Amino acid sequence: MARTISYKEAINEALDQEMTRDKLVIVMGEDSIGGTGSPGEDDAWGGPMGVTKGLYGKHGNQIMDTPLSESAYIGAAIGAAACGMRPVAEMMFVDFMGVCFDQIYNQAAKFKYMFGGKAETPIVIRTMVGAGINAAAQHSQMLTPLFTHIPGLKVVCPSNPYDAKGLLIQSIRDNDPVIFCEHKSLYDLEGEVSEESYVIPFAEASVLRDGDDVSIVTYGMMVGKAIAAATILAKEGVECEVIDLRTLSPIDMETVIESVENTGRLVVVDEANPRCSIATDVSAQVAQQAFKSLKAQIEMVTAPHTPVPFTTTLENLYIPSAEQIVVAVRKTLN
Amino acid sequence: MKQNLIPILMPKWGLTMKEGQVTEWLVKEGSNISMGDEIIEVETDKIAGVVEAVDVGMLRRCIAETGKTYPVKSLLGVLADSSVLDSEIETFIEAYEIPDSEEEADESAQKYLFTEVDGLRARYADRGSGDSIVLLLHGFGGDLDNWLFNLDALADNHRVLALDLPGHGESGKTIPEPSISGLAKFVGKFLEAVGVPSAHIVGHSMGGAIAMQMVTEHPESVDSLGLICSSGLGPEINCDYLQGFVDAQSRRELKPVLQQLFTDESLVNRQLVDDVLKYKRLDGVDDVLRTLSAMLLSDTHTILSDKVIASGKPTLVIWGEQDRIIPVAHARNISASGGPSVEVEIFDSAGHMVQMEKANDVNRRLLNFLG
Amino acid sequence: MTDNPFPLSREELLKIYQSMRTIREFEERVHVEFSRGDIPGFVHLYAGEEASATGIMTHLRQEDRIASTHRGHGHCIAKGVDVKGMMAEIFGKKIGVCGGKGGSMHIADLDKGMMGANGILGAGAPLACGAALAAKYRGNGDIAISFIGDGASNQGTFLESLNLASIWNLPVIFVVENNGYAESTSVDWAVAGDSYVDRAAGFGMPGITVDGTDFFAVYEAAGEVIRNAREGGGPSLLECKMIRFFGHFEGDAQTYRAVGEVDEIRANRDCIKSFSKTVTSAGVLTQDDLEACDSKIVSLVDEAVSEAREADFPTEADLLTDVYVNY
Repeated sequence: MARTISYKEAINEALDQEMTRDKLVIVMGEDSIGGTGSPGEDDAWGGPMGVTKGLYGKHGNQIMDTPLSESAYIGAAIGAAACGMRPVAEMMFVDFMGVCFDQIYNQAAKFKYMFGGKAETPIVIRTMVGAGINAAAQHSQMLTPLFTHIPGLKVVCPSNPYDAKGLLIQSIRDNDPVIFCEHKSLYDLEGEVSEESYVIPFAEASVLRDGDDVSIVTYGMMVGKAIAAATILAKEGVECEVIDLRTLSPIDMETVIESVENTGRLVVVDEANPRCSIATDVSAQVAQQAFKSLKAQIEMVTAPHTPVPFTTTLENLYIPSAEQIVVAVRKTLN
Repeated sequence: MKQNLIPILMPKWGLTMKEGQVTEWLVKEGSNISMGDEIIEVETDKIAGVVEAVDVGMLRRCIAETGKTYPVKSLLGVLADSSVLDSEIETFIEAYEIPDSEEEADESAQKYLFTEVDGLRARYADRGSGDSIVLLLHGFGGDLDNWLFNLDALADNHRVLALDLPGHGESGKTIPEPSISGLAKFVGKFLEAVGVPSAHIVGHSMGGAIAMQMVTEHPESVDSLGLICSSGLGPEINCDYLQGFVDAQSRRELKPVLQQLFTDESLVNRQLVDDVLKYKRLDGVDDVLRTLSAMLLSDTHTILSDKVIASGKPTLVIWGEQDRIIPVAHARNISASGGPSVEVEIFDSAGHMVQMEKANDVNRRLLNFLG
Repeated sequence: MTDNPFPLSREELLKIYQSMRTIREFEERVHVEFSRGDIPGFVHLYAGEEASATGIMTHLRQEDRIASTHRGHGHCIAKGVDVKGMMAEIFGKKIGVCGGKGGSMHIADLDKGMMGANGILGAGAPLACGAALAAKYRGNGDIAISFIGDGASNQGTFLESLNLASIWNLPVIFVVENNGYAESTSVDWAVAGDSYVDRAAGFGMPGITVDGTDFFAVYEAAGEVIRNAREGGGPSLLECKMIRFFGHFEGDAQTYRAVGEVDEIRANRDCIKSFSKTVTSAGVLTQDDLEACDSKIVSLVDEAVSEAREADFPTEADLLTDVYVNY
């Protein structure tokens, strides 16, 4: 039965249902239960944002708190995956990947290739991405491009509750290492989600809005901004096609190219910093594969080349806005 | 004189529709409208459809604007005799209020209901009231929302139940006995579970075969039979469609398959395809569809019509002339051989989903048959 | 018939000799082949350290996992990885255990519980913790070994793993193969503290130091800590003090070592020589037994090299395979 729940609840439900279905699915992270060894309540936190609350009560030793030690526990999760477990490890903020990146990009990502095909590393690393809560420079980045660059990793970035649940279930059932990016500003976003378990395949972008004039391609929290921009532009008689990439690696370029071949105009919106980002990647691929269809230059709307500022006025300027997207679309029409 | 003023309202198609977008007025202000004329094209988040005139009169006012969205039961236009004064029409329009949300709340509380049959969750809708009960059974890969254009119209005069078969809609996603007989048993137990001893059973496609099976196994539970583009009346079935439906993994693959269901392929919009894909991706559905399609494809020679005709049960067969899934010839054959208990009606410019494409015609014909 | 004073049978002792001798022959031969210029990339040879690998692996079953270092050939052979497949891998050929796509530094065979040599020092420690976590979760009594060098023992990953293994009570043994040199840097200079046992104690973990050139010392100490881990007693640290005959990598002129140091250790601290002497003086194995073994091993390694030389390289099609299970 479909009902309205939040992005955070959808993720919790995906974990809950998969842990029930398969005992090899183990969940771990800092404060994932919260309170281990402490004198007060069990399940005190359920993760820093409460996403994993309630799982301990239902699943006991299938979920574990980890020490503040990403290299060790992310590496352990990876090692356990290589031995046939199906761990879902949380790297609390994607910004922390610096302390454990080797385990992710040199170990997990490369086992299958280096070991001539014999290894399988079915690990999911859940991590919070993005800005919008004044968490400042070291807790607000959108580091998705660093992961998409690495062969052997898959990168998933849902924009709504329905996608979050289906893509997380798919990620857990997938046999490759998956970086599952949860946008921290979307946790309370509500949407219709079925109670039953379901999957969404990777490399399938979602066309949220049909339009013949311009293609807006984006992911994560920027999807909402793109829809807002499209609504503004519709009043001016400009019909935008809005495409939510959903998975960044593998990426559904077929849908993007098909759209650009129809509209002839592309605006890519990316919350990551502008150098070597998803925006540059998509733009380059479109320029290469659909050059003849383009009627105007490709426009990219991204964060600036700065760290994420703390104060609200600056953070709001940092995060790409619907207005900036509207301006970019208008540029392609001049 | 209000009796001469007929409001044209935004209809409610299905249980979840809250609003619709007016996409085109098909007639101009000042035209004379006859019963059944198509007046306005409306699009909802589920499907596109046409509002038909349910009365005669002159279209005095087009209130709804193209491209705008209006809640269900909004006033979209006014039909009136030419003698009615403009001022009276203005008064009527100003005075018009969308019916109470209290009533709406009641309705939405009854939207979808759940019960358990043989340990399996069964979702159903229950509209209208009365002693005459109609049970609607959808076909392969469908769900009770396939009847979204028919539920309320039939519920005016009858109590209408619409069921999600096992493996479909929001019923449990396993089929204990994947055969027409097994499904007929399930439906029979469902009727018991909701305390209904017998009903007029209207089945679409595979639903029709299930209804016929019920006539042969438990004729006392079937008051009359409605067979809409039904399987089980002849051996031919579009195998490519079945296989395509089962195998399609993406929007691109599924869209052309679904388009075969309609004469007007533009009805297969993005939302419809996405909804079917979401259903196909639920755990358990792939197994169900594969099992059922294998059963349907291997079972093509089980013709149920003879037994039905022999039973003498009053039967109405409805078909779309352009049905690309099960040939309309099956309707013509039973028309020829059916005898006095069987009526047949074939609608032109309609395909396999005739109950959607010619909803008003089908509703009228069914109401007429049901009495 | 002489009495056997050792905790292993005659057959087992012969197997142990065979294992150590195979490692030695393999490494000495790779040294020669590398100097001919036919082996691509980097190799790091284990010759001189055989007693550590063998002393530990004798206690392991196939399901137990090991995470190795960059100097992994010895661990592989002792764990039962196919010698010919290894040689072909080092030569970069398609029939290699990793299809020619890993090479010496990433040599692995997961079927044999060998989770790979690792080009990143210290990276194996968390992976071994993961293997131990899986074993503990499944309750099957399996254990994991994390081999680590004296240099890598300073990596955050290692220290974090000591902590993690302790708080989670994981069935993992951290084996510090202390050969005195981290690349060219001496352990005395690079590693703070007097001993690794102290490092372990800092995490509440038991530790033992043994002479890594004495097979029986390693065997006994390893037996204790492995049994403890299997029985749910948690992790331990085992320091094997040993020496390596060759440089950090092939091509390393080893000028950081004292003049004559390598000759001296080859003459006086060869673990295979001391093992042979011990078992033959006790009369449990004869010189003939050992020599018969030797000649078989020499042939095996010889064949491994010629077959590796003959074998094909992977092709263009192989370049793009096995990045993902599916994409």
